[in-house]
Amino acid sequence: MSNISLDYVRKSYGPSEVIHGISGSIQQGEFVVIVGPSGCGKSTLLRMIAGLESITGGEIQIGKRVVNKLEPAQRNIAMVFQNYALYPHMSVFDNMSYGLKIRKVPKEEIRRRVEETAEILELTPYLKRSPRQLSGGQRQRVAMGRAIVREPDVFLFDEPLSNLDAKLRVQMRLEIKKLQERLGITSVYVTHDQVEAMTLGHRLMVLNAGSVEQFGTPIDLYDKPATLFVATFIGSPAMNILNGTVSEDASSIILPEGEVIPLGMRLNAQAGASVNLGMRPEHIRLATNGNALFSFKSDVIEELGADTIIHADFGKATSSMAVRLDGIHRVSSGTQFSFAIDPENLHVFDPESGKRIN
Amino acid sequence: MIKRVHFPSSPLPYLLVAPQIAITIVFFIWPAGQAMYQSFLIEDAFGFGREFVWFENFEILFEDPLYADVFIRTIFFSVMVAALSMFLSLILAGFADRVVKGATIYRTLLIWPYAVAPVLAGALWVFMFNPSVGIIAYWLDLIGVDWNHFLNGGQAMALIVFAASWKQIAYNFLFYLAAMQAIPKSMIEAAAIDGAGPAKRFWTIIFPLVSPTTFFLLVINIVYAFFDTFGIIHAVTEGGPAGSTVTLVYKVYSDGFIGLDLGGSAAQSVILMAMVIGLTVIQFRYVERRVDY
Ligand SMILES: Nc1ncnc2c1ncn2[C@@H]1O[C@H](COP(=O)(O)OP(=O)(O)OP(=O)(O)O)[C@@H](O)[C@H]1O
Ligand SMILES: [Mg+2]
Repeated sequence: MSNISLDYVRKSYGPSEVIHGISGSIQQGEFVVIVGPSGCGKSTLLRMIAGLESITGGEIQIGKRVVNKLEPAQRNIAMVFQNYALYPHMSVFDNMSYGLKIRKVPKEEIRRRVEETAEILELTPYLKRSPRQLSGGQRQRVAMGRAIVREPDVFLFDEPLSNLDAKLRVQMRLEIKKLQERLGITSVYVTHDQVEAMTLGHRLMVLNAGSVEQFGTPIDLYDKPATLFVATFIGSPAMNILNGTVSEDASSIILPEGEVIPLGMRLNAQAGASVNLGMRPEHIRLATNGNALFSFKSDVIEELGADTIIHADFGKATSSMAVRLDGIHRVSSGTQFSFAIDPENLHVFDPESGKRIN
Repeated sequence: MIKRVHFPSSPLPYLLVAPQIAITIVFFIWPAGQAMYQSFLIEDAFGFGREFVWFENFEILFEDPLYADVFIRTIFFSVMVAALSMFLSLILAGFADRVVKGATIYRTLLIWPYAVAPVLAGALWVFMFNPSVGIIAYWLDLIGVDWNHFLNGGQAMALIVFAASWKQIAYNFLFYLAAMQAIPKSMIEAAAIDGAGPAKRFWTIIFPLVSPTTFFLLVINIVYAFFDTFGIIHAVTEGGPAGSTVTLVYKVYSDGFIGLDLGGSAAQSVILMAMVIGLTVIQFRYVERRVDY
């Protein structure tokens, strides 16, 4: 077990820089998820920690060692690949024991450790099979087993669940979480799936175009997204973003149609400056007598049983808007609704920099 | 029941395959038939009469200890050529697979020997190893090896093994490289993370994974060494000294065209033909059914 620290880590392929100075530290035993859209550099960053990509600038430390110049083998890490990368010509047992054999662990101990790990992962009946004879989920487990059996300082995962079907993915997600808690090994997990990220990670590093947008707990990211990007990336349905301007006294936002949304605080912004106002669909309530802040006519209604999602085109200047109401609301489209929202659930962003300003 | 697709009958398909069939008949089937017929005849020494003798030519061959020697020598030669050229190309492909910079140049250079005609390749080696003017013979002399493949049968054999292997390296290299590049990169990376160094990865991961290619190339190389090295042997040693580099194919030529024993030579080529057919069957049955993971 080790902590990992990244200090202004950069990566260029030729003239193009794909990782622009990422810093952050990962505590011992922590489960950190790197999440972001396709092509943002998640795999690249993970592979730099693993030693599979060279580091163009900055420093990576695992434990007390700077590992920039160390071979993958010397970093005492284990990695689970998206395609599992099992050795097809070896049995499950040999796959799991390969790393131990190379490290010259005594035969008896290898056998004990592999059998123990197989027990945890329910792989015991398959030890003699070749990977070809396993299902996707079982292969995934073997890949995990190969990592666990080595008892590494750090686990690295690169989208290990993306080749599984939806149901198995949810199941394996839970297993990985339980396993990580049980073993307490520092883990870095890459995914582009925000639900996976939110459920697995102690903390999430949200990456966008090679830079960190925010690094915090799932609740931090949900409650106080630091940027417009994080605000829309985390949460489903995505946060509604409305255009608005700062009021005279800087304590409310005026929407294009003239509605005034009080913020319950004073913004550090010029009166009349344009801002983006974010509201999560699940934070918007139906207004009860007289506290309505804005209203619109519903368009499409999705009744999901547990909740109802109302979609609408809001005003002239904004795109579509979604509201999620608990329970079943039998409404037809075209109904006029009035809504309210608590000031602490409002998110205000500077449209220029995308940064949060409230 | 197998469903058949019926096409309206038309002479066009027959016309389209006719040239291929004609070529096969004129250049392969007919000579093969001739050889087969010839192998049943014994001509008298002056070429005036011939006698149909059934399998007598074969009986003579199988009783001839010289033929057995040539057979064993050919097997030795083939195994050496296959082993040497496959081993070298495996190693070269292993390096080429790792090269990042200048990979194309490196690969192109390695493919060149394949484009050199066998006789030229042979001439090249003869020249380099020429006891009086050859550069390698000179170097060998410096380290105390007295090289003269015109006199020393063992050295002559070594020389044709080198020349024949060198010629085949490019071919093997291409197949090995293609096979290695088909191995998912993440598998190699997984092994690296598991702690295996480059050599360990090569022998425990890459080599086993290219084993279908190894088997395929083994058959191809044996066939090559058996049947396709006449040009090289002819250019390098002409079977000498004292017949120490005569292989089966070379013996067909020297018995038939030099010794003018047409019947015996034809019988030998029939035996070779049977072997080619055998090897081809092996190749179809075992090699084409690729092992995939
Ligand atoms: N070998 C390479 N040469 C040049 N550019 C590369 C190379 N590898 C990756 N890149 C670029 O680096 C960027 C980040 O790639 P990376 O694989 O880390 O993305 P990712 O976040 O893992 O995406 P995904 O979710 O699709 O896996 C991409 O824009 C990609 O084009
Ligand atoms: Mg990736």
